[in-house]
Amino acid sequence: MFITRKIEFSASHVCANPALTEEENRRIFGLAANPHGHGHNYVVEVTLQGDPDPVNGMVLDLKELKAILNREVVSRFDHRFLNKEVPPFDRTIPTVENIAIEIWNRIYPSLSHPPAKLHAVRVYETPDLYVDYFGDAR
Amino acid sequence: MIRVTRRYVFSASHRLHAAGLPEEENRRLYGKCNNPFGHGHNYVLEVSVWGPVEARSGRAVDPAALDQLVRERVLSAFDHKNLNEEIEQFRRVVPTTENLSLLIHERLKQGWSSAFPARWPELEKVSIAETERNIFEVSE
Repeated sequence: MFITRKIEFSASHVCANPALTEEENRRIFGLAANPHGHGHNYVVEVTLQGDPDPVNGMVLDLKELKAILNREVVSRFDHRFLNKEVPPFDRTIPTVENIAIEIWNRIYPSLSHPPAKLHAVRVYETPDLYVDYFGDAR
Repeated sequence: MIRVTRRYVFSASHRLHAAGLPEEENRRLYGKCNNPFGHGHNYVLEVSVWGPVEARSGRAVDPAALDQLVRERVLSAFDHKNLNEEIEQFRRVVPTTENLSLLIHERLKQGWSSAFPARWPELEKVSIAETERNIFEVSE
């Protein structure tokens, strides 16, 4: 069985590779390369796989999942400038792809074993652009 | 590897009517979708691609290149059109959203290698919501 919990955070970012010229970054990233940054309301859906516990009927106590997501994601990402305040985005470009991978890597250690194993991280940058990451395995 | 999905909207009209069936059978089969004057939808198209995240850009797909492909191969042909009358294939087959999804998938595949000449990303799937309640998905 899969269960999904949704969280949201708002943050600003710049999509540019410091090794490239400003012109090259503009060509690759368009408006997203604006060095002053811009922001999004990110929506994250975290999906776990597991079987309901025979006694309590739950795959995982959602209070516990909420606490993990608040600790690892919301408290670090919400109302921040990702490039300046949230490592590793001082070194890697905070594209929506890299944000999904970073969220996976942060929460996986707490969700890597039964009863509930991390299955997917979906991140919406806008309602019109989102990514799904399933870890290294796929 | 990661999946990236981009969402587009287009509006079009259609009429569901199978030429090989009698009028009464068409009315029974398609109900109000068989109205001879046609009707329309705001179709929500989601195009999903699959590939590795490129180190140089931190991205798995250039969204501008995907937008251009979808604009050229799909939106310019289908948006604000009458599917039965203006899309060649739907002169012969019924423009159900099943058939529309297959046609859009085919059109994107035809344009794929010129839009994305490298090994990645691959076209993974196409999904169309005819309304919020009816969603159709096509993958390889």
